[in-house]
Amino acid sequence: MLKEMKTIEGNMTTTEATKTLTIDGREVPFNGERNLLELIRKAGIDLPTFCYHSDLSVYGACRLCLVDIQGRGVQGACSTPPEAGLKVRTQTEEIREIRKITIELLLANHDQQCPTCPKSSACQLQDIARKLGIRKVRFKPVHQLAELDLSSVSLVRDPNKCVLCGDCVRFCDEIQGVGAIDFAHRGHEAAVLPAFGKGLGEGECINCGQCAAVCPTGALTPRPEVDEVWRALNDPVKTVVVQVAPAVRVAIGEAFGLPSGMSATGQIVAALKRLGFDKVYDTAFSADLTVVEEANEFLKRKAKGEKLPQFTSCCPGWVKFAEQYFPDLLPNLSTCKSPQQMLGSVCKATLPSEMGIPKENLIMVSIMPCTAKKFEAKRPEFAQDGVPDVDHVLTTQELARMIEEAGFRFKELEPESFDMPLGFKTGAGVIFGNSGGVSEAVLRYAAEAVTGRKLGNPDFLSVRGEDGIRLATVTLDGVELKLAVVQGLKNARTLVEKVRRGECQLDLIEVMACPGGCIGGAGQPVTREREVKRLRTRGLYEADKNLDLHKSQENHHVTEMYQKYLGEIGGRKAHHLLHTHYQNRRRIADERMVFGDGPEGDKVKVSVCAGTNCFLKGSQEVLSEVLQCVDAQQLQDQVEVSASFCFEKCDQGPTVRVDGQQLQNCTGKGACAAMRERLKNKVAPE
Amino acid sequence: MSAQSLPNPNGNNGHSAQRRVIVCAGTGCVASGSYKVFQALVEQVRAAGLPVVTEFRPEHEAGEVRLNKSGCQGFCQMGPLVTVLPENLLYNKVRLEDVSEIVAETLVAGRAVDRLLYVDSTTKKHCRGVEEIPFYQRQQRFVLRSCGTIDPESIDEYVHQGGYAAAKKAYLQMTPEQICQEISRSGLRGRGGGGFPTGRKWEAARSQPEGKKYVICNADEGDPGAFMNRSVMEGNPHSVLEGLMIAARAIGADETLIYVRTEYPLAVQRMRTAVKDAEKRGFLGADAFGSGKPLRCEVMEGAGAFVCGEETAMIASIEGQRGMPRPKPPFPAQSGLWGKPTIINNVETLAHSVRVINEGAEQFRKLGTAASPGTKTFALTGHVANTGLVEVPFGATLREVVFDIGGGITDRRGKVTRDGFKAVQIGGPSGGCLTREHLDLPLDYDSLRGVGAMVGSGGLVAMNSKTCMVAIARFFMDFTQRESCGKCVLCREGTRQMLALLDDIIEGRATAETLDLLRKLASAVQKGSLCGLGKTAPNPVLSTLRHFPAEYDAHVFHKHCPTGQCKALAKPSIDPAKCKGCTACAKKCPVNAITGERKQAHIINQALCIKCGVCAEVCKLEAVVGV
Repeated sequence: MLKEMKTIEGNMTTTEATKTLTIDGREVPFNGERNLLELIRKAGIDLPTFCYHSDLSVYGACRLCLVDIQGRGVQGACSTPPEAGLKVRTQTEEIREIRKITIELLLANHDQQCPTCPKSSACQLQDIARKLGIRKVRFKPVHQLAELDLSSVSLVRDPNKCVLCGDCVRFCDEIQGVGAIDFAHRGHEAAVLPAFGKGLGEGECINCGQCAAVCPTGALTPRPEVDEVWRALNDPVKTVVVQVAPAVRVAIGEAFGLPSGMSATGQIVAALKRLGFDKVYDTAFSADLTVVEEANEFLKRKAKGEKLPQFTSCCPGWVKFAEQYFPDLLPNLSTCKSPQQMLGSVCKATLPSEMGIPKENLIMVSIMPCTAKKFEAKRPEFAQDGVPDVDHVLTTQELARMIEEAGFRFKELEPESFDMPLGFKTGAGVIFGNSGGVSEAVLRYAAEAVTGRKLGNPDFLSVRGEDGIRLATVTLDGVELKLAVVQGLKNARTLVEKVRRGECQLDLIEVMACPGGCIGGAGQPVTREREVKRLRTRGLYEADKNLDLHKSQENHHVTEMYQKYLGEIGGRKAHHLLHTHYQNRRRIADERMVFGDGPEGDKVKVSVCAGTNCFLKGSQEVLSEVLQCVDAQQLQDQVEVSASFCFEKCDQGPTVRVDGQQLQNCTGKGACAAMRERLKNKVAPE
Repeated sequence: MSAQSLPNPNGNNGHSAQRRVIVCAGTGCVASGSYKVFQALVEQVRAAGLPVVTEFRPEHEAGEVRLNKSGCQGFCQMGPLVTVLPENLLYNKVRLEDVSEIVAETLVAGRAVDRLLYVDSTTKKHCRGVEEIPFYQRQQRFVLRSCGTIDPESIDEYVHQGGYAAAKKAYLQMTPEQICQEISRSGLRGRGGGGFPTGRKWEAARSQPEGKKYVICNADEGDPGAFMNRSVMEGNPHSVLEGLMIAARAIGADETLIYVRTEYPLAVQRMRTAVKDAEKRGFLGADAFGSGKPLRCEVMEGAGAFVCGEETAMIASIEGQRGMPRPKPPFPAQSGLWGKPTIINNVETLAHSVRVINEGAEQFRKLGTAASPGTKTFALTGHVANTGLVEVPFGATLREVVFDIGGGITDRRGKVTRDGFKAVQIGGPSGGCLTREHLDLPLDYDSLRGVGAMVGSGGLVAMNSKTCMVAIARFFMDFTQRESCGKCVLCREGTRQMLALLDDIIEGRATAETLDLLRKLASAVQKGSLCGLGKTAPNPVLSTLRHFPAEYDAHVFHKHCPTGQCKALAKPSIDPAKCKGCTACAKKCPVNAITGERKQAHIINQALCIKCGVCAEVCKLEAVVGV
């Protein structure tokens, strides 16, 4: 029958006997806290910091959490482990002065145009300066205006607001395993930059926006599209439809003083209608559609035993990550479009004729918890004849701002319902916003498809949880399905590498770039509290509970959609509208410079790596030695020499490839010898 | 005891003393042309029919002349230096044209060339060799002992002088515990700056569970004006390597690294040669000294960042990360390079450890003070007669170093003056200044810390009375604010703002508030910064504020620089009582701001004057005032 098994990867923490230390004269017990800062916060004192983030490594750069430890002097609380008997003071005159000086120093080198800053009122620098009672900056303004980085469609990088706390750098590296940005230069010229000083949109950024989510100031923010949307709404010729992602409903209330996790679906719909949107649809509808297509695709692959494990494809951050770093695994990605894009293409394909309007006058807007969705909507794959399936993507934050601008009292709005049929969903579509939600929704479908029986309790608790990598095995009438749920792309990298090494056999891998899944997306209202994310997660599971239907296959509007437009599940029409393909985004996919212009033919191919590392290790000399050798022995007709880019064996460079054979730590002599050897073997058999 | 009265370590050549000519190939002498001198010597000695030997040989034949280049001999001011043995003559400022005379007079005829000998400025006596030159007489050279004599590229000569005996002993006769104990008993403290007890550092790493451990030699001498480490690596690289081996044995490491700044190409090359030669000899490799223990060494070039001298930043740099420090704990001895227990020792510390193992802790403790035993090298520069490399026992006074060894303070024309002494900056940009009242202060870790300075790297910049201390503080602040890694706010923004405040003072915009803010900021940066660079960056400001408050007050409240160095504050005018109307100033003034009739008092037009100070320089009557 139905069996579930859950294993969690993680460390067990051992409990130790409770010890105490003194904070501001009060004795405080500690047990397992990693540092004084955590303990001080637990004791109810909010020491200010920019650079401490419980999910990231300790950095110690902002110097705000300084405390006075008797006998040791001024120390950073974030980097001091608790020890029994320590006498800690958090508010001495000296420390207060250092804190003030630190904030004043930052303000003296800051673009203080606060009212026009997108982070205004949510900015920690502003907040701390107010709390510390800073009324005047005693230091000379030394800030020099730098240009904004507008190269990314998802994010805006404003170096003028950066306090160099490094949260973004560490998040991108430690949690996402990307490292799209890092520090450059020294002294007061130090800056956080993408590689080679290029724009954020030109490098390896996967647009997840978590850098912006952790940024304490306005140095990294989601790129707004509010103006474009207003313009469309105010254009009498346009029909503007909008879709709302599941995760938005449990977070937007935070911007209006509602409790985190409280579903505000009705108010969102009401607000959108008042803003002038002609139709308000639910992305959870197309999530149901995704489940049907993706589960079907999965069961087919499982039956054939091919292209497994199947990776989910609804997270655009993960998709770009896979395209950049694991192009060989792209066939394993589900070819299903994400719910956003499915709804976009369905709308653009069906609504113009249904509503009797020209296609170019239909504008599709989506409200997403995510910055990468902005990038996704602009992918060329998701446009028909130059018309994008989704025209504009607003983040939850941006919608909140539009509501504020319009002056609606959000809390007091009379709830309204989504337009049908594309506003109808089951609970399976709603839980898409949680990490593990896609897997669970697919399981709810697969369980009935495999067993042919009705599934009683739809909850698969084994795929829920907070761990970065969760493994679960579900047995359906003897068919064993092995699943993994991953959040954070560094975890994804770890798991993919394990899969590649054959260390774990899996059937389905759900990957969400953001911790917590979409509810933790970078487009959501800014928060530093872990608890907020928990409440949002719970909010979505409750929304599922409160709905009548929990399985995508029970969404009769989805069934109708197939009957009316899409034909068979996974069929030709469905494939055309609901599936996509991926591109290899390897840094330099296949770039070679070929030397020598002898006649074409069956030549021995010698390629010398000219990547930075090999170049530094002397690959240029190797290359010229090979070329000399070819000239001297007049082998131009038999050998093709080329300089190629990175073979990714940088630690063992210079790398030279002679036909199939790869030589490491290669010298000119070694390369020539291998080339001659190859020639000999090639000639010999004839 | 002078260097030459030391027992000859080369005690086993039974023959009569070898005829040797040693040309200093330290950076200073090379810059003054010592390579050409060496080449000419080789050619002309040969031409004179004498057999020339340029390689080290344990045995030598009568009549042959051994010619070799050495590392820095220390007396950089007088380079190129040529030492002739066995007479032990030291010729200084040797030019290409002097070579023929040296060959004919000294090597053939056996007479000294008097005009090339050093002349003692006080006694006017010609000093034949190092034992007669005051610069050397007052020093006690151990780390630098062989620097000026042996061929740095000959492992044979090093071994012949008893080299690698200590490392061999450490590997074959001593346990790691014994080594740590011996080093602890010697009281050896880190020569890189902080003065942390070396034995305790080694012990901390030794007591970590067995497994991969690393030793790193910190040769990233980033302090401008310091060149002791460079000289030791260039002059006696094997002594550094030997110390590194002892440290490795002491903590149980099988991998060592020498992190040299890339601006020291010769040191890099010599260290690499030393490593290669030691591998050939089997001192390094799979079976170090036949002990069955592997030991590897790699020389790595740093990219030239002052902050990489900080342990955790250096580790980051070695790991291929950006050279930025991280908070401690954990300390490198617990979790360092690649997360493994790691100790990092300065070049000089390692070189000293060789002597401790060779001669024992008691012998080592005989010099120096109880809390700071041994000797310390200093790079003596600035307004002193004899700039160069100096090694004295801890506890020697500043007076001995600056006056006895350094030969006294010079004025702006380079002449020794009697009461020109104003201050020294000790410890580079992280150090502080010492004044006249500290002339008899014993130089050691603790007494220096007590007066707001530090031994630091050992840079010692002497300053005469014409030096503006505010400008000096600004000079060092300009350096540190550029070299801050930019990680922590207090250091990155704080040093920059201190520089801006100092600029305000120097350029006449300061008020009482400026001074108050400078003090507060300096104290905040000192207390609150993340790493040693930031914590010590305010030292030049704080120590000049402490020792020269009147000079700050003059700048701030009277808009006047007592030394006339701060051009923005200068108000040059001509004292009509002194001016005889010679017109020299008017002729030299680049902007024609000075007018006046011949033999009449001249006047400076303030509207035109650019305060360059040329008028004051040319006036023999000192009639130009306010500059």
